[in-house]
Amino acid sequence: MNFDPRFSGRKFTSVGTRPIRPDGIDKVTGRARYGADFNMAGQLVGRVLRSPHAHARIVKIDISKAEKLAGVKAVVTAADLPDLTDGDAAMYDVLDNCMARTKALYDGHAVAAVAAIDARTARQALKLIEIEYELLPHVTDVDEAAKHTAPLINDAIFTEGLEEKPVKPSNVTKRSQFGHGDVHQGFGHADFIVERSFKTEQTHQGYIEPHACVANFSSDGTADLWVCTQGHFVYRQHCAQLLGMEASKLRVTSSEIGGGFGGKTHVWAEPVALALSRKAGRPVKLVMTRDEVFRASGPTSATSIDVKIGARKDGTITAAEATLRYSCGPYAGSWAEIGAMTAFACYKLDNVKTVGYEVLVNRPKTAAYRAPSAPMAAFAVESAVDELAKKIGMDPVDFRIRNAAQEGTRSSYGPVYGPIGIGPTLEAVKSHPHMKAPLGKNQGRGMACGFWFNFGGQTCTDLNIGMDGSVSLAVGTVDVGGSRASLSLVAAEELGIDYSQVKAIVADTSSLGYNDMTDGSRGTFSSSMATISAARNAIKILRERAAQMWDIAVDDVVWEKGHAIAKGEKHGNLGKLSLKEIAVESGKTGGPIAGHSELVADGAGVSFATHICDIEVDPETGAARVIRYTVVQDAGKAVHPTYVEGQYQGGAAQGIGWALNEEYIYGKDGRLQNAGFLDYRIPVCSDLPMIDTQILEIPNPNHPYGVRGVGETSIVPPLAAIANAVSNAAGVRMTHIPMSPPRILAAIEAEREWSK
Amino acid sequence: MAGVAVSTTINGDAVEYLCQPDETLLDVLRDRLGLTGAKEGCGTGDCGACSIILDDRLVCSCLVLGAEAEGRRVETIEGMAHGDTLHPLQQKFLEHAALQCGICTPGFLIAAKDLLAKNPDPTEEEIRFGLAGNLCRCTGYDKIVRAVQDAAIVMKGA
Repeated sequence: MNFDPRFSGRKFTSVGTRPIRPDGIDKVTGRARYGADFNMAGQLVGRVLRSPHAHARIVKIDISKAEKLAGVKAVVTAADLPDLTDGDAAMYDVLDNCMARTKALYDGHAVAAVAAIDARTARQALKLIEIEYELLPHVTDVDEAAKHTAPLINDAIFTEGLEEKPVKPSNVTKRSQFGHGDVHQGFGHADFIVERSFKTEQTHQGYIEPHACVANFSSDGTADLWVCTQGHFVYRQHCAQLLGMEASKLRVTSSEIGGGFGGKTHVWAEPVALALSRKAGRPVKLVMTRDEVFRASGPTSATSIDVKIGARKDGTITAAEATLRYSCGPYAGSWAEIGAMTAFACYKLDNVKTVGYEVLVNRPKTAAYRAPSAPMAAFAVESAVDELAKKIGMDPVDFRIRNAAQEGTRSSYGPVYGPIGIGPTLEAVKSHPHMKAPLGKNQGRGMACGFWFNFGGQTCTDLNIGMDGSVSLAVGTVDVGGSRASLSLVAAEELGIDYSQVKAIVADTSSLGYNDMTDGSRGTFSSSMATISAARNAIKILRERAAQMWDIAVDDVVWEKGHAIAKGEKHGNLGKLSLKEIAVESGKTGGPIAGHSELVADGAGVSFATHICDIEVDPETGAARVIRYTVVQDAGKAVHPTYVEGQYQGGAAQGIGWALNEEYIYGKDGRLQNAGFLDYRIPVCSDLPMIDTQILEIPNPNHPYGVRGVGETSIVPPLAAIANAVSNAAGVRMTHIPMSPPRILAAIEAEREWSK
Repeated sequence: MAGVAVSTTINGDAVEYLCQPDETLLDVLRDRLGLTGAKEGCGTGDCGACSIILDDRLVCSCLVLGAEAEGRRVETIEGMAHGDTLHPLQQKFLEHAALQCGICTPGFLIAAKDLLAKNPDPTEEEIRFGLAGNLCRCTGYDKIVRAVQDAAIVMKGA
C-alpha cells in the first residue's frame, strides 16, 4: 500500500504529551543492561595492546610468549584479520583502524589483542607481546600537517578535487567547494568587511559508557554480538565484511547505550572481539578503559578556518567566503566538506563560496560528534557575523534577521529551502525576556545561530497486535535518549489507543529488516514515519476484520479513535468495535494482526536554532562562567516535549564544555597527555546554570506529523554564542576554542598591551 | 594469588565472597555478585557512575578494594527501591526525565540520596556542588537538579 508521508495538520491526542518512558524503571533501579552488563557462560576477557607511538612502522610482532602464558586462550594481530575489503577504501581504513597492519598511525592505535580467563592474565599477556617499532616523524597539528614540508602519513594519497592532478603525495586528501554567485564582485559592493582566522581544538563525544561488547563465535560459522552501538545493523554489516561472514549469520543485539553522540557509529573493538572469539572458541567480552576511549575512539576534528564577510551600510551581506581545514585523523574523511556545506546555511546570500580541505594527522580516526563539523564552522562564521554587525552599528539579532534564509532561499550548499525556522528562532530570541535580563560587571551577552541538515534513511518497523489488544512495536533504530517513549506515543496516536497499551522495543538484526543507525537526528523522525506507516497497515487489517465480523463491505468501515465504525445509515445499528474486541477474535477471523513497514524516510526537514548566552569573565584569572543560557529551536513537532527539551539542554551543555574547557592536548612526542576525565574536563553540575528552552514548531511538510530531527542542532550555536558573549564581557575578540582561562587571560593582556 | 574471604552486608543482606587482593569493590559487585547497577565510566574516581554508600559515606566503588568491604555496610542502586515502591528520587527522576541514556543515573541517584540524607533542604547551589562528582553527558544537569529539588520537597513532607 502506498504510504503518504505528507504533513496532514491533524489534531493530536497522544503526541505532545509527556508520559514516563517505557524503559525508565529499569534505568532508575539499575536493572537496565548496557554494553558491559551482559555475560555468557565460559566468557573470556579481551584486552587490546595499543601503540605508544604517534607514527611508527611495525617491524615485527612476537606473540609467542603471550600465547604460552597459562590462561591465555587467543592472541590476535592484523594477521588474524586478513584484508577482505575487496578494494573498498573506506572499509580498509576501518579495518586498519581496528588493528594496525603495517604502521601505527597514532598514540593508541591497536596493534594486538588477547583473550584470557581473567583480566589479570589478559593484562600480563599484553606485557609479553614483543613489538619492534621503527619510529617515523609525526604531525598532530592541522595547519602543520597541511604544509608541504610536513611528514607524510600516507604516501599513496594525492589531493583530490584540485584542478590539476598533483604530482606529489600530501596529507591533504581532498578539496571541496560550495557556493554560488561571484564573491569577488560581492566584496566590491561591501561598505564593511570583516576578515578573521579561527581555530578550534579537538574534542571527544565524552559518553560516560566506554565501548563494550560480548562476541560469541560458533564453530558452525555463525556468531552473536551483544554491543552498545548507535547502529547494530551497520555494525553487523561492517563486522561481517571484515570477518568474511554472510551478514545473516551474525546476529547483533544492541544493548542499552550509555551515550554515543556519533561516537558509537563506528566499529573499533567489535571485529577484534569476534576475531578473538573465533580463535579461542569461546565467548569474549571486550570493554575499553576510559584511557582507551580517549586515545583510540572518537574524537571530532580540530579545525583552522578563515572567514571573510562583507556588508553594505544598510546591513545587507554582499558576499561571504570561508576556507576550512579539518583534521581527519590518519584516514581520509569528509569532515571539512560538511563544514563547508553548513558554514553559511543560515543566510540568504547572493555571493558565497566555501572551500574545505581534509587533513590527515597522527591522531585517532575522526568520528562523528553531534552535527559533525557544523559547530566549528558556525563558531567562525557567527563570530565574524557578530563583529560585522558591530562594525555597521546594528544590533546582532536585527542584522541576522535581515540576512536570514527563508522559504525559497537557495542555500549556500545548493538546495532551495522549504519552510524553515531560522527567521522564527531569531524573532523569538529578539522578544525573549533573556535579552532584557540585566548584566553585571564583567558580564557579557552573546547570541548565535546554527544549522543542521538532519537525515532520514532506511527504516524498518514491525507493529504486532496481541490477542489482548496490546501492541508491541519493534523498531530498528537504537534508542539513545527516549525514542521508545516518543515512538510509543506515535503508535498510540495513529491507532487511537492509550500510550500504556503500547510497548516498544529495539529489535535485533535477525528479527527485523535493515535500519540505518541512529545518527543525523533520524531516530524519532524516521522511525516515527515507519511506525505511522506500520500502524496504517495494521489499521487496514483491523478494518477488514471488523468488516468480516459484521459481514459488511470493508469500504463501509472507518477507523476512528481506536475503534472500527460502520459508516452509513444502513449500518446504524452496528455500534463500534474496539481494537481489543477485534484482536480477541483474530484467531477466528484470519490469524494474527500486524502492520509492517519498510521505507526510506526522505524529506528530513532542515533544522535551525538560535542560542543566547550570558558569560561572566574574571579579568584576573581569565576564567569564564556561564550565568544564563537560552536555547530556541525548531522541532517541527515535539513528540515528547520533555525529551526534546533534554536534547536542547544536552547539546548546549556539550557546546559549553567545548567552548570553554575541552581539548585534546598532545605533547611534542605525539602522545595524548589528557586521556582521562580528570584532565579532559567535561562540564559538571556546578559549572552550569539551568538551561532555558523554547520549542518552536514549524511543521516539516515531509512528515505526517510535521516532525523534524532535534538531536544535533543544539550543539551548533554554543561555541559562537559563548565566544560572542566572552568577547563582549572581556572586550576582546576570541578566536581560539576552547576559551580556557589561559587563552582568555592572554587575550585580555594582549589587548591591554596593544591599547597602551 | 590467594583469594581474600570477605563477609559484608549489601543492601541489608549478609553476603560472603572471595576476591583477589587487588580487585576493586566495583569489580566484585559487577563480576562476582551480579550487581551491575554500578557502572564503570572511568575507573579513576572521576565520573561517579560507580557511586555506592559505604557505612553512610558516598564513595566511588572503583576506588575501594573488595577486601575493604569486610564487616561494613554497602548500599547500591539495587537496594534503593522497597520492593516495587520506588524511592522518591527514583520517581522524580522518571517524572522529570532526568535521564536520557541512563548510564549515569544509578550514580546520580545514590549521590543524591546521600546529599538529601545530610542536607534535606538544599539550595540549588548546594545540589549542584553536591552532585559535582557525577558526570552526565546527556542532560546538561537541568532536569537532574529539578528532580532532586522536587524529591527533597516530597521527602520533607513524608
